[in-house]
Amino acid sequence: MSRLVVGPFNRVEGDLEVRLETGDGVVHRAEVVSPLYRGFEEMLVGKDPHDALVIAPRICGICSISQSVAAAEALGAAQGLRPAPNGQLVTNIVHAAENVADHLTHFYMFFMPDFARPIYADQAWHGDVADRFTAMSGSAVLNMLPKRAEFLHIVGMLAGKWPHTLTVQPGGVTKVVSEHERRRLSGLLLSFRRFLEQQVIGMDLAAFAALNSRAELLDQVDRLGASRSDLFQFIHVSQKLGLNRMGRATDRFLSFGAYRQQDSHLFARGLRNGQGAQKLNTGLIAEDVSHSWMDGPKTALHPFDGVTKTDPEMANGYTWCKAPRLEGEPAEVGALSRQVVAGHPLAQDLVAAGGNVEARIVARFLEMALLVPAMENWLGDIRAPDPFMDHATAKQQGEGDGLIEAARGALGHWLRIENGKIANYQIIAPTTWNFSPRDRAGQSGPLEQALIGAPLREGETEPVAVQHIVRSFDPCMVCTVH
Amino acid sequence: MITAFDAAGINLLWHPTLSVETGAEVNAIIDSILRGELRLDVLCLEGSVMTGPAGTGRFHMMSGRNEPMQDVIEALAERAGKVVAVGSCAAFGGITATGGNPGGARGLAFDGDTPSGHLGAGYRATDGLPVVNIPGCPVHPDWVTETLSQLGTGALTSDHLDGVGRPHAISGKLVHHGCSRNEFYEYKASAEKLCEVGCMMEHLGCKGTQAAGDCNTRAWNGSGSCISGGYPCIACTEPGFEEPGHPFAQTPKIAGIPIGLPTDMPKAWFVALASLSKAATPRRLRENASSDRLRVFPDRYKGGRKP
Repeated sequence: MSRLVVGPFNRVEGDLEVRLETGDGVVHRAEVVSPLYRGFEEMLVGKDPHDALVIAPRICGICSISQSVAAAEALGAAQGLRPAPNGQLVTNIVHAAENVADHLTHFYMFFMPDFARPIYADQAWHGDVADRFTAMSGSAVLNMLPKRAEFLHIVGMLAGKWPHTLTVQPGGVTKVVSEHERRRLSGLLLSFRRFLEQQVIGMDLAAFAALNSRAELLDQVDRLGASRSDLFQFIHVSQKLGLNRMGRATDRFLSFGAYRQQDSHLFARGLRNGQGAQKLNTGLIAEDVSHSWMDGPKTALHPFDGVTKTDPEMANGYTWCKAPRLEGEPAEVGALSRQVVAGHPLAQDLVAAGGNVEARIVARFLEMALLVPAMENWLGDIRAPDPFMDHATAKQQGEGDGLIEAARGALGHWLRIENGKIANYQIIAPTTWNFSPRDRAGQSGPLEQALIGAPLREGETEPVAVQHIVRSFDPCMVCTVH
Repeated sequence: MITAFDAAGINLLWHPTLSVETGAEVNAIIDSILRGELRLDVLCLEGSVMTGPAGTGRFHMMSGRNEPMQDVIEALAERAGKVVAVGSCAAFGGITATGGNPGGARGLAFDGDTPSGHLGAGYRATDGLPVVNIPGCPVHPDWVTETLSQLGTGALTSDHLDGVGRPHAISGKLVHHGCSRNEFYEYKASAEKLCEVGCMMEHLGCKGTQAAGDCNTRAWNGSGSCISGGYPCIACTEPGFEEPGHPFAQTPKIAGIPIGLPTDMPKAWFVALASLSKAATPRRLRENASSDRLRVFPDRYKGGRKP
């Protein structure tokens, strides 16, 4: 048995260290370390509730709108405010824009450059992949960045800037969208749709989203060729490397539900495990701190009662991350979980034999193909003469949660307001679920489970398979510990 | 951005999200800089220096090195030709220093507007410049690429920095310049609630007349700015913005008069002019100011073709 410490683990958002025990060419044990603590939950206590809309989004530069949406929903729930229908539509559009942009960033800049590494130079596909995906110089990366920037003009127009907008409010949005702005937005969406269809996915979005199984997807790649699109190129590589058999975690998929539409969501809320779809009881979420550098009660606490009290000397602690559990068990979150819970047949088929690296990647493409048409619909649904923000009086006392989906999965804010000030504020971010440490029952979080059995090549100090598995989750470490 | 770097002749040694190198490959780069074998022309830091708890730096251990990030930053800063703080956190402590600053967050050269940041008041990089502070939460990407590019050519000297280390190119302008609500400001026709089109200075906490930045003359993400998004400037380019002493979107007042005056404006004149202009406010501006969109339109232009 030998020990490996991989860090700084880059091309993830924020700071990450992965400690491995290896032997006989595979990983036997993993510890995931979040080495940065800033204390946003502590900072929020005592503030004017509305200030959460300034402070919480600044947890993260790439999930900022998601943090805004969660904070606005939590405030709304606590203060008895609801968004005007137009405000909800604009919120959905800017939120989806952030999530789609994050999916692109992840694939092109974080995940794919590893396949351009010299370690794969003996593979027949390596030359093409290195041309397109080498970090900082690959042709696909250089082509994607201006398209992503243009797509984010949607956020510039509707939310002032990205990241860190104050447009999203409990009562709706501060931006009234004019008719001429709607026309410009529809042009931006069409331009982006063409980019997705021609370069990223290589298929009509509706046709891609209508695929029912992995076999149907592979059939498309066979018929149209790996060079058809960046997705197809990845599928080709994935088949050669067996990425669909790598990185299985808990197979307990959780989603808080994404993009509110009247009283439901575009992508449903729920839980799916080996027994099929389950109803989600968010009252059964609790955070365990037995392996964190955190002091606190010996029992796991629901976030409404959650405590964040640091202690770097805690025995058994190895990370600042707490361990959120649902009914005492870990759960995987992210685009894959969202689509599995929403019941998409392709997503469900991809995990028929368990979650894996390939499924996590394909689910993000599926989501891009579903979100761009949804954005087109939301834009069309805006009723121009109606208000974009409701101005009901905010209650000065109350408790509320904002349970939403960031690009990387379930994001929850739980807050209590007393005498017009924030009395407690607890946050569980997507990567808090995925990269959580062990709990008092000894259960590992999803990534720690997914790394068991990862193969090592001769002489590797940063095993490339470990890098694929870690990055397949698209971790956001700054949100993880906030 | 990659093209902007190429144009400026910037060779990126390593970046946490852009570079391929991970783990030991990164530590090899850092070690070779620390041994003096690899030249580090510019060290850029994003995010504040986490000094807590109690100065130990344990809140931010550098992964893969088992040493506090604050020590790694200090060691690299001793070798760096120039040091750039990217964003208000790295410059002044920023948002991470709010709410009692639980993490012990500090800027590189400043803690708020006090020159007691992590590297100390007397710090100079090996080329002789103090830390160059690019403020903002977030920074405008052009501020970063333009500053780095000027540092590369040697065009940026200490004469070009203001009292808190910001290039005059950024801090020489006010957010107010080019504000699309300027006419409402001139007549003190104020929005009372968010999502109304009037000036946000009187009631909604807007600090555009005091805050550094060209935010309304250099668009964000195509065509945006905080004001065009319908919300106030919170002075995110200024040291200490994170702890304004009042709710961000509310203007503090004494006897009905906003406490924060426009930069360089004598108080008596401001009060006099404000009451005059308020009395002179045209009906169009008064009614539009508290509407969520323009309801009253300007009278027709009286000029036109002359005989």
